[in-house]
Amino acid sequence: MDLKSHKADFPIFKNLPGLVYLDSTATSLKPRFTTDKLMEYYTQYSANVFRGVYKISEKATEEYEETRKVVAEFINAKRIEEVIFTRSTTESLNLVAYSMGRKIINEGDEVVTSVMEHHSNFVTWQQLALENGATFKVIDVTDEGYLNLGLDSGQVIIPLGTGMTLNLDNIITKKTKILALTYLSNVLGTINPLKEIIQAAKKINPKLIVVIDAAQAIPHMKVDVQDLGADFLSFSSHKMLGPTGVGVLWGKYELLDEMFPFNYGGEMIQEVYIDKTIFKHPPHKFEAGTPHIAGVIALKEAVRYLERIGMDKIRQHEKEMVDYTLKKFQITFGKKIRVLGPKEVKDRGGIVSFTFGNYHAHDIAQILDEENICIRAGHHCAMPLHQRLGISASARASFYLYNSFEDVDKLVRGLKKVENTLK
Amino acid sequence: MSIYQEIILEHYKNPHNFGTIKDPTKKTSVSNPLCGDEIEMEIVFKKNKVSEIMFKGQGCAISQASASILTDFASGKSKDDLKKLDKNFMTKLLGIELGPNRIKCALLPLEALHKLI
Repeated sequence: MDLKSHKADFPIFKNLPGLVYLDSTATSLKPRFTTDKLMEYYTQYSANVFRGVYKISEKATEEYEETRKVVAEFINAKRIEEVIFTRSTTESLNLVAYSMGRKIINEGDEVVTSVMEHHSNFVTWQQLALENGATFKVIDVTDEGYLNLGLDSGQVIIPLGTGMTLNLDNIITKKTKILALTYLSNVLGTINPLKEIIQAAKKINPKLIVVIDAAQAIPHMKVDVQDLGADFLSFSSHKMLGPTGVGVLWGKYELLDEMFPFNYGGEMIQEVYIDKTIFKHPPHKFEAGTPHIAGVIALKEAVRYLERIGMDKIRQHEKEMVDYTLKKFQITFGKKIRVLGPKEVKDRGGIVSFTFGNYHAHDIAQILDEENICIRAGHHCAMPLHQRLGISASARASFYLYNSFEDVDKLVRGLKKVENTLK
Repeated sequence: MSIYQEIILEHYKNPHNFGTIKDPTKKTSVSNPLCGDEIEMEIVFKKNKVSEIMFKGQGCAISQASASILTDFASGKSKDDLKKLDKNFMTKLLGIELGPNRIKCALLPLEALHKLI
């Protein structure tokens, strides 16, 4: 992969030449195509969408709806109307819990998620279950960092892409109304074999609603929502080179159409009377109020940029980055570094979370920052997972298309400084 | 300036007043679940003054060094003196500038001390 030319597309590296950015899991950096497009909207046609019968409003609307089409094609949605713009992955997940969850969850039902979830895909379902008297079930992880879809024999690891048939009788029942899972863990890096899981789960209960948190998957690998077989899938613009403040919810049209609206207000109504309101159909039913117009418009430039480079190339690059990092860690620090998550590079995304001796993650991150190396330290919005792993915090380095082996070398040198300072 | 100054690192690696007291007047524990810092603190008062103070804990260098330095300072001080201590005092005592996230680590031992008086 020709890194130099990609790195040149990110103005931040011109402004901060020594920057080693290893926190793309938190948010990605922005290429000039994204920022140029934001500026284009604000300087050339900064009108509201849908309402105006004048040229610049029509232009803004056209650009806004064009992003819907580009995103729909990017994830292979069946219909453009299945793409809804929200504020974030978090809001997308909450939208499903509120508009679908409230409609279908009753006392005695089951809501299932896993212990490797980000809080947004954990607390949302935990609270939905608590509020409605449903049972909240949490799938465990194995010590290796895979979902523990244990059969009678205990731990079962499902290698990716094997098309293996699963038995989920111990997890999914006829009472399970919602299964919410991450595609790619933001701590362990584990890529879950979703297609196999969804097939097996829906075999037990065909009415089961499957909600996927794809915030860490969409920016880094090819995702095909029709092939996966899920019902809802959420992700964020800012993690995939787009602007902050925009999230996407994809959902099957028939489900979206029958759900409760999320926010009431302008733009989501067809007709309003004193005694009743008729709502619009998806997607506008879920997009009340003036949206983040510039953000949505600029998101498509991020998607087009990713497509020009190629998702398979990005995935391959990140695999090489992780492979290099794991080897470097092993050679330099041996057992002093404990890497969380699967050992197999093919089963994980571009994320390496670790503990280092008995040094606290915040000290590690702070000393690395003295060398202009940005990593994340803490529980990464996954407290249940850290409790499960028996640690209070971890350090996390994560990669994207603008990272190079040189960044890893600098990280390793930085970690040696951490060792020298704190030992 | 690095926050990992020699004095901080010294207290982190070889903390003063680290351990427990046999018959403390009072003991308490505080924690910051966000980063996993934990401090247990025990104290003996004689005539309203600190005659003995010890702590145990785990966490980052800043929280542990801060506990060591603060317990040194607190020995022999009166309750009224200690009640006055605040964020500004701690920053001066440690002699380092801490950002909004790390200042919480430095203040955790003070929270424990305030619970004891």
